[in-house]
Amino acid sequence: MSELTVRHAEAAPLPDVDLSTSLGGVTFPNPVFTASGCAAAGQELDQFFDITALGGVVTKSIMLAPRSGRPTPRMAETPSGMLNSIGLQGPGIEAFLEHDLAWLADRGARAVVSIAGGSVEDYAKLAMKLRGRPGLAMVEVNISCPNVEDRGQVFACDPGAAAAVVQAVRRNTDTRIPVFAKLSPDVTDIAMIARSCVNAGADGLSVINTLLGMVIDTATMRPVLGGVTGGLSGPAIRPVAVRCVWQVHQALPDVPILGMGGIRTGLDALEFVLAGASAVSVGTTVFGDPTAPVRVLHELAHALAQRGFGRLEDAIGLAHRPPEIYVPEEPDPVGDDQLPLVRQPVGFEEER
Amino acid sequence: MPVQVQGEVLSMRRVGAYNAMTIVAPGIAERTKPGHFVALQVGGAESSMMLRRAFAIYDVKERGVYGGTVEFIFSVHGKGTAWLAARRPQDKLDVVGPLGKPFRLPQGRVNATLVGGGYGSAPLLPLAKVLRERGCRVDFVLGAASIDRLFGQLDAKRMSSSIAVTTDDGSMGERGRVSDVLPQVLDRTGCDVVYACGPMAMLRAVSELAAERGIPAQVAVEESMACGIGVCMTCVLPVVGDDGVSRMVRSCVEGPVFLGDRVRWDDVGTVPDDVLGAPQSTGGGH
Ligand SMILES: Cc1cc2nc3c(=O)[nH]c(=O)nc-3n(C[C@H](O)[C@H](O)[C@H](O)COP(=O)(O)OP(=O)(O)OC[C@H]3O[C@@H](n4cnc5c(N)ncnc54)[C@H](O)[C@@H]3O)c2cc1C
Ligand SMILES: Cc1cc2nc3c(=O)[nH]c(=O)nc-3n(C[C@H](O)[C@H](O)[C@H](O)COP(=O)(O)O)c2cc1C
Ligand code: FES
Repeated sequence: MSELTVRHAEAAPLPDVDLSTSLGGVTFPNPVFTASGCAAAGQELDQFFDITALGGVVTKSIMLAPRSGRPTPRMAETPSGMLNSIGLQGPGIEAFLEHDLAWLADRGARAVVSIAGGSVEDYAKLAMKLRGRPGLAMVEVNISCPNVEDRGQVFACDPGAAAAVVQAVRRNTDTRIPVFAKLSPDVTDIAMIARSCVNAGADGLSVINTLLGMVIDTATMRPVLGGVTGGLSGPAIRPVAVRCVWQVHQALPDVPILGMGGIRTGLDALEFVLAGASAVSVGTTVFGDPTAPVRVLHELAHALAQRGFGRLEDAIGLAHRPPEIYVPEEPDPVGDDQLPLVRQPVGFEEER
Repeated sequence: MPVQVQGEVLSMRRVGAYNAMTIVAPGIAERTKPGHFVALQVGGAESSMMLRRAFAIYDVKERGVYGGTVEFIFSVHGKGTAWLAARRPQDKLDVVGPLGKPFRLPQGRVNATLVGGGYGSAPLLPLAKVLRERGCRVDFVLGAASIDRLFGQLDAKRMSSSIAVTTDDGSMGERGRVSDVLPQVLDRTGCDVVYACGPMAMLRAVSELAAERGIPAQVAVEESMACGIGVCMTCVLPVVGDDGVSRMVRSCVEGPVFLGDRVRWDDVGTVPDDVLGAPQSTGGGH
């Protein structure tokens, strides 16, 4: 790999901060991951930086059978974000195992395999296919899919359906492999869905998937996307994502969260950590900046060091601490006597 | 293999209705072949535009006084290209390239017809140079809406055995489309291979005219792209594979150059029922 592929900031050594993070019993060397659907299966990004330097590579949600996805246009750029209606295009689980997961394992990357299905049965089968596979570090269950058995109602929007999927995956997955459920922000009470996923056996939660959105072309006077509606992602959704992470962490403080939604810099990542995320995924930002995940990792490490953290762990959820009442230890010795103790009322001249 | 580099604008010039931008971008020039493209970040570090913009590479210099340079020709289309048009020498630009699959070169000294529409002629000029160096005959057909949207016709003339020009408004060459004059050129020159770059409708017409004569055509398509590096799946179109199976393929990594008779032109913008993994019913998800 050429020295040009990694810019100087990323090539510099990481500051002395313990970045390791524990997600459902598995320790990852650092908390920065790719996001499902924004990094394919890692090979393309590996041309730009060493993907084994990341905490993990989250792969595009895979289904049982090959899938063509939706018609084009599949994308519309929006202010500080984008809409996508890819429609889960993918090669199907068999080809994925043979080509993609095998490559990630050979490469020595920690693979977080995202799975998606149209029925509880699909998810169970996908989990079984993943059993005992080298390279698999974690399973992420994309439940933002329509349930074909329930009028296309999205699993993630129904606590019962979400729980059924999570339970099926957990039962069919090796016990040492954590199962994370990926939540949709398009619900009234995200903490309630989170709780039902955890009660059904989820070891952690990925927060958040895209928000449903739409763009209309004012020239053609029709929706821009071939799929009509699409998922909104990027910095535009970051405050929504931080709020969701906050609410889920508040409701379930012991459950690890993989936080995401518009992370562009290390400080953005720190926001998620402070809200309660144990790790983060960098998604849409990769499209504009393929080396973003390693850059975010370095920036996060520096941001932690600058704030005096020796360990990432100590920063997780820290924004939830009660407000401190600032009590100065002793009066400021310098300059106090120069300040008037009692303010004089100030008069002003009439405007001329 | 593509690289991501911090480039610097070396020069900007106007060419008719287009802008020509040269960027010092070390590491890209030496890897570039005709048909490759670059993808640029637009709007600066705090930009609200999150996606890259793709441009076909026109000219490269492996080492100048300033290091390797890359030049491309662009028209202002929306916000991102308007921002690019306002760049000045020494402005910094984040560049990824070279990207995509370039034009495949023929074996032996064959007769090649190069068909360009608008700024689509830009990648054909370096291709013509390589073909000439290999002893191929090169004929050009260039078309555009009007004279100010023709690019490179003087260079094309210099590098070819013949050149035919069409404009929609008749402001230069023949009034009409490249597809009006292409049949005569193909027949007159004993064309063995066609290369084309331009609007999709033109590529389709060129592919069909070539196919009718059994001539292979390599066409560089332009699909809307978000990443340009193969990770987002937005840039797909239905293409027939070597195995006869149609797939929705990524034009940024498997293209932008495709064989004209493999692209399912009728079905671009749709997911035909017989492509691999086509939906039984319209499902959702993303
Ligand atoms: C392989 C390839 C080569 C290209 N070469 C050239 C060239 O040499 N000269 C030139 O002027 N233009 C070229 N284009 C088109 C150019 O990329 C678009 O005009 C440009 O992205 C528009 O950006 P914008 O911000 O002005 O428009 P906007 O409409 O605001 O762009 C919004 C988003 O849509 C994408 N987009 C919009 N239109 C296109 C399009 N036609 N193609 C790809 N993405 C699009 C943009 O990348 C961006 O992500 C090429 C496109 C491709 C795919
Ligand atoms: C083009 C695109 C494709 C995506 N595909 C998937 C997917 O297959 N599965 C999934 O769980 N999430 C998918 N997502 C959602 C992301 O993983 C992520 O949750 C979301 O985009 C928010 O993060 P971001 O703003 O950093 O992108 C996709 C997002 C984008 C932009
Ligand atoms: S533009 Fe992202 S995969 Fe082609």
